[in-house]
Amino acid sequence: MNRVLTAWIDGIGLIAPGLPDWPSAAAVLCGAQPWRSEPSVLPAAALLPPAERRRASRVIRLALALGQQAAAQAGADLAQLATVFAASGADGHNCHALCEQLAGDDRQISPTRFHNSVHNAAAGYWGIATRSMAPCQVICAYDGSLGAGLMDALAQVALDGRSVLLVCYDSEYPEPLHAKRPLPDAAGMAWLLAPRRSGASLAQISVTPGGQGAPTRMQEGALEALRAQFPSLRALPALDALARRSTADVALDYLPGHSLGLRLQPC
Amino acid sequence: MSPLLLSATTLTTCLGRGLAVHAEALRTGQSGLRPCDFETVQLDTWIGEVEGVDAAALPASLHEYDCRNNRLALAGLEADGFVERVRAAVQRYGSRRVGVFLGTSTSGILETELAYRARDAATGALPASLRYATAHCPFSVTDFVRQYLGLEGVALTISTACSSSAKVFAAAARQMALGTIDAAVVGGVDSLCLTTLYGFASLQLTSTQPARPYDARRDGISIGEAAAFALLERADAAQGGGVWLLGTGESSDAHHMSAPHPEGLGARLAMEAALRSAGLAPQQVDYVNLHGTATPANDAAEGLAMAALFGAGVPCSSTKGATGHTLGAAGAVEAVIAALALTHGWIPGSPGTQVLDEALALDYRLAVSAAPLRTVLSNSFGFGGSNCALVLGARP
Repeated sequence: MNRVLTAWIDGIGLIAPGLPDWPSAAAVLCGAQPWRSEPSVLPAAALLPPAERRRASRVIRLALALGQQAAAQAGADLAQLATVFAASGADGHNCHALCEQLAGDDRQISPTRFHNSVHNAAAGYWGIATRSMAPCQVICAYDGSLGAGLMDALAQVALDGRSVLLVCYDSEYPEPLHAKRPLPDAAGMAWLLAPRRSGASLAQISVTPGGQGAPTRMQEGALEALRAQFPSLRALPALDALARRSTADVALDYLPGHSLGLRLQPC
Repeated sequence: MSPLLLSATTLTTCLGRGLAVHAEALRTGQSGLRPCDFETVQLDTWIGEVEGVDAAALPASLHEYDCRNNRLALAGLEADGFVERVRAAVQRYGSRRVGVFLGTSTSGILETELAYRARDAATGALPASLRYATAHCPFSVTDFVRQYLGLEGVALTISTACSSSAKVFAAAARQMALGTIDAAVVGGVDSLCLTTLYGFASLQLTSTQPARPYDARRDGISIGEAAAFALLERADAAQGGGVWLLGTGESSDAHHMSAPHPEGLGARLAMEAALRSAGLAPQQVDYVNLHGTATPANDAAEGLAMAALFGAGVPCSSTKGATGHTLGAAGAVEAVIAALALTHGWIPGSPGTQVLDEALALDYRLAVSAAPLRTVLSNSFGFGGSNCALVLGARP
């Protein structure tokens, strides 16, 4: 018997091509605005000190902005939040630069390049920027990374009775790795998940693991393309329900042959 | 947390393959480190390389997962009859009720490093044989183990640098507490590659000698590789016997990407959280397997955290002078070493360490000693300020 994992969504962050933030995305998902194909807009890493802000890579700007969007909407104290970062890859541009240099004669790579190569680089910068000493997870399950991150975040909400910020993101590799992992741009979403309903709560989310059905798709072609292109946007049908403030059941693809059943109920 | 039984364990490091080899090596204070001759690497440092990794052949049906990291994973799974123990668990619970939680820092990146040397001269394209999903992605090793063992429960990779495979014990324990699975394969696999060897050298964190944890003249790490696994199950504690996961604690430093909090504040928070999770006081810990990387800053920070929490009251040592620092696999390696210490009743020494740093006022053990252990704490701390401590205990 599978237990249903439940939490309240108190904040939402979203950045994707043509969808610079959650309010803009909600307007598109509701049909109030058309979606336009535009590159993702990654804000400056405002949380970081000026020197590090200037050097912040695309993936760091993406992850920090997603987390900040969701936490700000909920009025959460960043310094107290436990976090789950879920990403199908890390900093693709940094990875390319390292591999290119290590293939050459001069292998004296830069220390900064090396410490930015870890999968938890964005999470590390989040901790430094927010001064949060709370637990931080950094999870990968390839195309199922969002489902894996959601399962762990909900487990912490249930067991520890605390709010958990889930940040899921993807960033592109440049060529020649792009041909091996063709993510077209940077994109992602964040949910602030709370154990109890509050004035900030937007909806209740209940997740039942162990489903085997096909994932729920977007009806609109361009939005379905985004869902399919970015592992971190696989929950777009759930975000669609949140934007419309409607109750919905969504199958989220997780691992091959294994999906998660999501029920969204607006407050 | 509710204690979980480590119903099977195994480890493969530069000391050899399987529990018996490690028990004997640790009991007699051996080291598996040797001067670096890995691949084409030209660095004046020592490494902990596992013999014969590239001879491990993946089954033909899983050939797309072929990379050094997954070959090491396979070699690790094949030791100590671990595969059979997992298959028996699948018989008991069903494949969808057994999860896989593995830690790695670099996964199959070596394959991509090598592929960059073989780029097409005209187009710059990588060779067709390079497969991102199954031989580069951090999830590759977890997916390989999942496929090889036929497991269909919750699965994920944790990649938080050197705390990765300690944190998987906590993640698996959470899913078991919630009842989404009945058993979990947990562990860590990390293999030698150019990124970590040249990367740690660039940070001036590699030593030109075998690592000397907590030595007054310690000057850096020896990078190793390893595969370590455990099978976690709920069991009846009243039946006695075995080694149990009693508690887990996680924290963040919020300080620096590649340097620890100077007073070890994050390390202390993780140890305190692990003791709280186990329902134990510091005085009830019989031995601490330190993170003990042998860099000046890491050992100093951890030593301050240890002294603040335990005083000089608990025996401790680092086994990284024996195995090398196996990075993303270190947490699982040292959890299995902690289990060996509990089972065999000895406290490991610290191969390589000669003259203790007297600035760190600890009961640090240079040589192995017999001791009836009930409770052991194991520390793992990683880049990005990611900390995890595990408490393991014997139930006589």
